[in-house]
Amino acid sequence: MPDPMRIRASMVGDKVDVKVLMAHEMETGLRKDAKGQAIPAHFIQNVTVTHNGKTVFSAQWGPSISKNPFLHFRFAGGKPGEKVTITWTDNKGEKRSDETTIAGS
Amino acid sequence: MDQKRRDVLKAGGVLALGAVAGLLGSGPALAQEWNKAAFDTKSLNDAVKAMGGSGAVESKDIRFVNPTPEIAENGAVVPITVSSNIPRTQSIAILVEKNPNVLSANFTIPAGTEPFVSTRVKMGETSKVFAVVKADGKYFYAAKEIKVTLGGCGG
Repeated sequence: MPDPMRIRASMVGDKVDVKVLMAHEMETGLRKDAKGQAIPAHFIQNVTVTHNGKTVFSAQWGPSISKNPFLHFRFAGGKPGEKVTITWTDNKGEKRSDETTIAGS
Repeated sequence: MDQKRRDVLKAGGVLALGAVAGLLGSGPALAQEWNKAAFDTKSLNDAVKAMGGSGAVESKDIRFVNPTPEIAENGAVVPITVSSNIPRTQSIAILVEKNPNVLSANFTIPAGTEPFVSTRVKMGETSKVFAVVKADGKYFYAAKEIKVTLGGCGG
């Protein structure tokens, strides 16, 4: 089971400000190991963020997103106490979903 | 192997279906089929085409904001923050011109979400970074050159 994400969601003005740090190698597939063999690509491809059943942000990524991806975005319509769920899936079919509660202003 | 080929062939049709499904609001979000064609492209124009556009127009309403650097000390972790002032921004994509594969990320901005995103990318060498915005079905871009002192693609 992949390591959990660290998510911080808080109110900035009337928007929910979300910062996430995900744990993932984001291996490009271009690096070679000590024997000269290419290390297989292993990277997050899809990220979906939902709040109250609605997708408020989503992304498709390639392997050039940095290792242990960082993401910061803002959406409207959330209130303190409500939950934000973030899910990622990678090119090997691995998946991780974490949720956080929106902190008050 | 077969499944991958089928997926790539499907990608064109599925993307179109996915877009329609999105408009109809069919319940909780389906993870959109990963656009392999777009992530394999080697140029800005090819990436825009693969994302469904026919050419991007430069726009001063797309800005790279702090903490996007002029000089990146570590090419493995380059912060890129983009803000779009173009009305009805639907998506923001980040491309690195000199990377082996140009498209780094494509962020979908639903209505009600700020057209703003901050993340970190790997850059192999000094290069132009493009932010490509799709708004109202049309494509726009802004470019910023970022110097890289230590390349980040693991060479």
